[in-house]
Amino acid sequence: MSQASNNKLFAKGWMIAVYIFLYLPIITLVVFSFNDSKLVTVWSHASLRWYEALAKDTALIDAVLLSLKIAFLSALMSVLFGTFTAFALNRYKRFKGRTLLSSMSSMPLVMPDVIVGLSLLLMIVSAQHWLGYPQKGLLTILLGHALLGTAYANVVVTSRLREMDGKLDEAAMDLGAKPWQVFTLVTFPLLIPALVSAFLLTFTLSFDDVVLSSFLSGPGYSTMPMVIFSRARLGLNPTINAVATVTIVVVTMAVIASSFYTSHQERKRKREEAQAYSDSNK
Amino acid sequence: MAEKQSFFSSVKNSLFDGRNAVIGVPYFWFLLLAAIPLLIVLKISMSEMEGTQVSSMIDWSNGWPKLTLNFASYQFIASDSLYFKTYLSSIKYALITTLLCLAIGYPFAYFMARAPKHMQPTLLMLIMLPFWTSFLLRIYAWKTLLVSNGVINNVLMSLHIIDTPLTMMNNSFSLLLGMVYSYLPFMILPLYANLSKLDLRYLEAAADLGTSPFKAFWLITVPLSKAGIIAGSMLVFIPAVGEYVIPELLGGSSTLMIGRVLWDEFFNNLDWPMASAVAVVMILIILLPMAIYNKSQADLAEGKP
Repeated sequence: MSQASNNKLFAKGWMIAVYIFLYLPIITLVVFSFNDSKLVTVWSHASLRWYEALAKDTALIDAVLLSLKIAFLSALMSVLFGTFTAFALNRYKRFKGRTLLSSMSSMPLVMPDVIVGLSLLLMIVSAQHWLGYPQKGLLTILLGHALLGTAYANVVVTSRLREMDGKLDEAAMDLGAKPWQVFTLVTFPLLIPALVSAFLLTFTLSFDDVVLSSFLSGPGYSTMPMVIFSRARLGLNPTINAVATVTIVVVTMAVIASSFYTSHQERKRKREEAQAYSDSNK
Repeated sequence: MAEKQSFFSSVKNSLFDGRNAVIGVPYFWFLLLAAIPLLIVLKISMSEMEGTQVSSMIDWSNGWPKLTLNFASYQFIASDSLYFKTYLSSIKYALITTLLCLAIGYPFAYFMARAPKHMQPTLLMLIMLPFWTSFLLRIYAWKTLLVSNGVINNVLMSLHIIDTPLTMMNNSFSLLLGMVYSYLPFMILPLYANLSKLDLRYLEAAADLGTSPFKAFWLITVPLSKAGIIAGSMLVFIPAVGEYVIPELLGGSSTLMIGRVLWDEFFNNLDWPMASAVAVVMILIILLPMAIYNKSQADLAEGKP
């Protein structure tokens, strides 16, 4: 065997091994959700009993509904503030305190969750002390998730803004469009794919968070990860496998659908560009 | 009067000017939710508990503000060797995690960047997909795989490879496995972004000049991917230092991690100044790596290598 094909074989083997490592736990979760045995780790035979148990588990279902609500609202807030941040940092290269804004916006990305959670909670407690507001609950969890989400949405929107380079904006302005027209007719439509992926990403982040929610939630507000985490700490529980499988199926479908949507948009845009170019050369 | 008018209109103009609004909104947002909360942590770390309340730092009883800084929490951290050991062990686990992620992720990103162009989006999506499914559930899944009556032990024993179950849970092995597993995509993505842009003509030129592929890799590919290595390593190391969920679910009681100490001080001991002081020292530890990360991102934005 030649050196080159040996190298290729090694490369393939390495990549397959990493993929197995990444997917092994997910596959185990799904397979054992259909296991009839009470023991999570011993296979007896296929059944849907844990899905039946899940359907009756009102505490878990309430938590899932709360998490969906928080994820939806916080993703909207994240995309809004993330877009503002991306525009401020990319459209204006020089303003007072730009470095401060850029480091504050990347802080939630890297700072350990426990520190973000602790600092937000202490801020909220101080606000309660001075203003009597807000109470710990839905709003405080939302703020925490939206802070984290804004940082991620900023990264997604920024990378799109850098690709767009502003030539189309300039062209629109040369043709007499007002700034808000440039935004609504040119910049915003071009940004939509990035906004969609930022929404999906921040939705997932919020739906997945356990540390910030634990710090910021009040009595009566347990999110799905909080319920799962407290059960997982006690031991293994097959209902978790069932809820995991449902989430994995939904998320996988959403990711595949959104990637189809993005590539469709991309093709449509290219087609329209080509059309415009051939029209202008007539 | 005219002067007044122009003053007001200039204030009004600057307030509703698009530029100031675009900069002002995120500024207010991050000041309120990121900067001020950290200052409050710093403040509370220098007070002490009075019953269930945190002592106030400024005393107005004499009619004049009197500032009292209380360093008791810091003194306690410095005097109790358990804290020192825990910080050290957190740094150690974060460092090993970073090195393992780099060792697994660099070759992976390199091979992915060299894979046929039409396959790369699919390969990339396969890396992203687990990232989209709940991190908590994936860590829980490792628990079902690793426990002594878990899936891996059951399979190995039914195949008669081992007679007695291996101890793979609640030790540094399971902790590191969970950390490498969770943080690997954070290493691979920036490395792939960097390596896929590498100009292959440098390598061709080196080959034409008689450099061996091995030497060319170390002299050309690695230095040119420095930005990716730095970004990936920092994205793994910094959150790993303060990780809480993975040690709680996979680490057992023997592995010391500072994120768990902070959690316990806050939720179990209800000692807010102590939790804040633990957080401040943790921030001091990750300050340098964060500065390195910010600088590498800024260089990247300006197009420097």
